[in-house]
Amino acid sequence: MSDIVIRAEGLGKKYLIGHQAGREPYTALRDVLARGARGLVRSAADMLRGRSLVAGDEVEEFWALKDVSFEVKRGEVVGIIGRNGAGKSTLLKILSRITEPSAGRVTIKGRVASLLEVGTGFHPELSGRENIYLNGAILGMTRAEIRKRFDEIVAFAEVERFLDTPVKRYSSGMYVRLAFAVAAHLEPEILLVDEVLAVGDAEFQKKCLGKMGDVAGQGRTVMLVSHNMNAVERLCHSAILLRLGKGARARGGVRDAITAYLSGSASPDASDRWCNTGREFQNQYFVPNWCKITNSDPHRNPGEPFSNCYPMTFSVAGELYSSDPAFNLGIAVYNEIGSLMFWSFFRDTLRTGQSECSKGGDCVFHVHLPARWLNEGAYTVELIGGLHYREWLWAPGGRNPTVRFEILGGLSDSPYWDGRRPGNLAPVLTWSLERPSAKPA
Amino acid sequence: MSTTLSAVSPADGVPGPGAHARERVTVLEPGRAERHYWRDLWHYRDLFAILAWRDVVVRYKQTVIGVAWAVLRPLLTMVVFTIVFGKLAGLPSDGAVPYPALVFAGMLPWFLFASILSEASASLVGNANLIAKVYFPRLIIPTASAVVALVDFAVNLVMLFAIMAWYGVVPSWQIALLPAFVALAVLASLGPALLLTALNIKYRDFRYIVPFIVQFGLYVSPVGFSSAVVPEAWRFWYSLNPMVGVIDGFRWCLLGGESRLYLPGFALSLGVTALLLWLGIAYFRRTERSFADVV
Repeated sequence: MSDIVIRAEGLGKKYLIGHQAGREPYTALRDVLARGARGLVRSAADMLRGRSLVAGDEVEEFWALKDVSFEVKRGEVVGIIGRNGAGKSTLLKILSRITEPSAGRVTIKGRVASLLEVGTGFHPELSGRENIYLNGAILGMTRAEIRKRFDEIVAFAEVERFLDTPVKRYSSGMYVRLAFAVAAHLEPEILLVDEVLAVGDAEFQKKCLGKMGDVAGQGRTVMLVSHNMNAVERLCHSAILLRLGKGARARGGVRDAITAYLSGSASPDASDRWCNTGREFQNQYFVPNWCKITNSDPHRNPGEPFSNCYPMTFSVAGELYSSDPAFNLGIAVYNEIGSLMFWSFFRDTLRTGQSECSKGGDCVFHVHLPARWLNEGAYTVELIGGLHYREWLWAPGGRNPTVRFEILGGLSDSPYWDGRRPGNLAPVLTWSLERPSAKPA
Repeated sequence: MSTTLSAVSPADGVPGPGAHARERVTVLEPGRAERHYWRDLWHYRDLFAILAWRDVVVRYKQTVIGVAWAVLRPLLTMVVFTIVFGKLAGLPSDGAVPYPALVFAGMLPWFLFASILSEASASLVGNANLIAKVYFPRLIIPTASAVVALVDFAVNLVMLFAIMAWYGVVPSWQIALLPAFVALAVLASLGPALLLTALNIKYRDFRYIVPFIVQFGLYVSPVGFSSAVVPEAWRFWYSLNPMVGVIDGFRWCLLGGESRLYLPGFALSLGVTALLLWLGIAYFRRTERSFADVV
């Protein structure tokens, strides 16, 4: 049997979006009336032609998804990855028939169930029992199927005692558990899942991932949209990478798709090096020429995030003019929400540096940041420094030379932790296990 | 945080669940008409049942006198209409039928029509989150909401029988045709309701038009008076309003033959009903594929 259950060819989805034309700050009543009349005429004309109304003065076509083609085999688990707005959810909506494609075609064999959010259609006034039937029917189960699996669902959700309570009185945890329990007991041939793994606490996500693994293990076809690269890598056999509006389709190994995604995901202002554009930061002590941060990972391609299992080096090069013993230079490291992680100065350790510093000329300062010490996330390194107790040359939080880097993955050797940990740091410390073998005499 | 998982079995060679002897093949294309539309609708009958049940249950949750609301509204309207049209205006009834019974028999289908129209046209917007997140034939939502109107209708029907018993009106054999006329009333309501539902989701102006139609129609349709008072020359064209045929039919079958059916007008009403129903379903089907984009 040719075992392709989903085949998409040149799929595209177009939306019309409106723009507000530039508005002058002061308007005469006459202008407002004229504009209102124009708008009214236009929307009346749209309505007569049966078009939908678009707010704004100018209308533009926008392709949320363009020229996407792929095939999915029976029993395959496919991840759909891409940045926000790349069309992942649009693709799932087309596949689950919620919306119609504007171009291309899809052929689907088998019963499809989509899980675009947990608890779709839950009614707050109805009891848990009633909502199980309601939600199950909405997700495409027949009443007989729900009745058959009812006890399983209740047990999975752990809500036996509250089965006849309206769900509006449920705690949010119970609500989500019940909602997921219904969804988890769907038995379609093709399951489309969107980001459900992103909601709930760690425990709930674990349960979701476990259930997803089960579903995949039973040979069902699953398409999964997620930003959680760990989940994608663990669960999926292959992945589709969507790019903004272009619909590129890096279809292939999960690893390749994830690598392609990550290498393209660095935001344009996140640069791991800084260069002095000319005559900036002039002073009579030290003028920095460039700074950079590097990672000793031999497999890393430029632009990719750092793996946490390799140490990093921050370097600043420049010209040293004076041999003032009070001159000090260091770094301030901030996390992605801008809170200060630490300061570090070269005078901290470089006692001998005093003599090195007494000579002027070109020099490069290096500082090593150990592996497995910071947490996963994006960081900013700011060059700070000045004359100790006298004046700042580069006061912290000023417009100083900065570089940015991101840590992703490689947090520890343990299989228990491979994502971001709670807390600011994620140091791997040395643990030992002692077994007092004999009682002391 | 993620967790250790059981190893995922490789894709190749794993058979799908169940036998795929008769697998459903779906083709999605722009503008493609649904080939199995009605079969699909039948497939989702469980969802229809449960949505209808939900609407009925939710309607009376947290209300103090619950179903009594369904009793009070027509009862008070009947009293007012009997006084205004029967006593003050002095309009004649059909044959020997007491005026309250005449009014109530006309109000039954009218209230059915009015509630189907208002419930259905608001239903899609009220279920916007469902439409945006799950696929099912969208026709299910407005039709399921019509079931709520039928529950109220059943309550009103019992009241009518009580009124008829009070005034000693004895129904004759025509009452056996009542189910057919109820079905006619539902179909006559669904046509305009589906049209307005589909329009309302795109242009919310129709939210204001529906109450207007309901209010206006109450006086234009022969609810408070017998359609026999309409001048003979106008009677045929008066039946362009499909509710004229439906209300006449209800009176004919409930009030023991005292109200005569004006056949040419009734046929015209049937024709208009069929036309509106076809128009409503056709427009609904044409636009339903884009509901998720505009809701």
